Amino acid sequence: MKVRAMTAIAALLAAPLAAVAGPDGDELVVNGEINMVTQTEAPAHLDGALPELYSGWRFRSDETQALQMDDFDNPAMVFVDQAQEAWDTADGTEGKSCASCHGDAAESMAGVRAVYPKWNEAAGEVRTLEAQVNDCRENRMGAKAWKYDGGDMAAMTALISVQSRGMPVNVAIDGPVQATWEMGKEIYYTRYGQLELSCANCHEDNYGNMIRADHLSQGQINGFPTYRLKNAKLNTAHARFKGCVRDTRAETFSPGSPEFVALELYVASRGNGLSVEGPSVRN
Amino acid sequence: MKTTILTLAAALIGGAAWAGETAPGDVVYADGAVEASLTGTPGDAANGAMVVGSKKHGNCVACHQVSALADVPFQGEIGPALDGAGSRWSEAELRGLVANAKLTFEGSMMPSFYRVDGYVRPGNAYTGKAPDGPLTPLLSAQEIEDVVAFLATLKDE
Ligand code: HEC
Ligand code: HEC
Ligand code: HEC
Repeated sequence: MKVRAMTAIAALLAAPLAAVAGPDGDELVVNGEINMVTQTEAPAHLDGALPELYSGWRFRSDETQALQMDDFDNPAMVFVDQAQEAWDTADGTEGKSCASCHGDAAESMAGVRAVYPKWNEAAGEVRTLEAQVNDCRENRMGAKAWKYDGGDMAAMTALISVQSRGMPVNVAIDGPVQATWEMGKEIYYTRYGQLELSCANCHEDNYGNMIRADHLSQGQINGFPTYRLKNAKLNTAHARFKGCVRDTRAETFSPGSPEFVALELYVASRGNGLSVEGPSVRN
Repeated sequence: MKTTILTLAAALIGGAAWAGETAPGDVVYADGAVEASLTGTPGDAANGAMVVGSKKHGNCVACHQVSALADVPFQGEIGPALDGAGSRWSEAELRGLVANAKLTFEGSMMPSFYRVDGYVRPGNAYTGKAPDGPLTPLLSAQEIEDVVAFLATLKDE
């Protein structure tokens, strides 16, 4: 009798865990028309490190997922509207707005998010979207750079990302960016901090598992910038990296640092083939 | 001048903390196990249970399920359930496992709870900043003993 009761309890306890293990089977269609690829074959360069790619959306609760399925519910969209205003407003000594040179973002920025970070030939460097935006502000508008992971910047990258929603992430990893990509890969597998945990420990070896109250995803960045319910704002990928490194009891790198630029390129490449979802909603 | 005093103070604090205890660098491991108590004071299993379950202390349940701590919510599933650990492992093995699991399981994801060096970019706890002095181990010597005492109570039915 006693044994049976205990088995029954064990089964009850196990049930909720079994229910959340792994990504769920839901499909993401935004506004009833943008079909997102949230699961796809891993790119060859991963060499089998991940059997399949999954968007972080597949690991969130139904309630959180729903917020991203309709722009009227997506709390990130107010920031896209704000950025549209900034896009059209002149700033800096040249008296120019983004629109002065780039016209309608819906046209000029389509497909841009999907290929960043990317090599900038003239500057001879790997550029993140944030770095490119600040380059335009400083060197083409005569305006002050925005804080790398601040609200203005996150909003502008949301406006730019939205023009690529549903397109596959497709960052280049060879040619002039290869050394940066290799550096990012090394960082990804380094066990930082007093807890000695690498990105891979959590997001490659344990995605689908619970770590305390958190359901681990693959740590993909196809959904950035991300509106997090936890801090009720848009978050850049580098801010997220910083939080994850800090949680290993490590000294973090700074947003915009060469280390995080390299890491972003590498992590983005681990999502080649997933849809651009930004701005996404996560908890 | 100021630096000297600070260094001295740190040395004193450091020294005091290890008085009568085995410092992290002096722990003797044999095949991952640690025979001698780190403090000489018997472990308090009740406090050990607190350390295992509390986010602010060992936070072992972040990665392990422990049925004996059923009231602690959100138990993780990174490592095996600790149920029966007291039957699977001797006290010395448990002490070694908690102090530095990497000597029992090579490359383990489990943090080393009684070690202070050999880290890559260690920080000042969870601030994300560089440490402002020598690192302290994740758990104190007595907390390790308390956790070992608690684990020893987790016997197979
Ligand atoms: C004076 C003209 C000018 C203004 C104003 C300007 N840009 Fe640019 N922008 C350019 C040029 C030229 C390029 C391509 C330059 C290069 O590759 O370095 C560019 C490139 C970009 C790119 C990369 C596009 C791609 O296909 O890789 C983005 C994103 C961008 N700008 C965003 C902005 C934003 C956001 C603003 C307003 C804050 C802005 N730009 C203002 C001239 C401008
Ligand atoms: C101790 C485990 C742990 C480590 C180590 C860790 N993360 Fe995370 N990370 C989490 C948790 C928990 C979340 C929130 C749930 C989720 O999406 O996995 C998260 C979320 C993320 C997200 C957001 C995913 C999304 O869909 O929005 C990214 C990106 C990310 N991590 C990248 C990284 C990178 C890069 C590293 C290495 C520098 C790293 N993480 C290290 C635990 C970790
Ligand atoms: C970041 C995750 C993590 C944390 C935190 C963690 N462990 Fe572990 N632990 C593991 C993993 C993974 C294993 C399995 C060994 C291996 O293959 O590396 C393990 C193994 C063990 C084992 C041996 C398993 C068995 O047979 O019973 C014990 C005992 C143990 N851990 C106790 C603890 C205690 C006590 C704490 C807290 C002080 C703790 N762990 C914290 C990940 C963790």
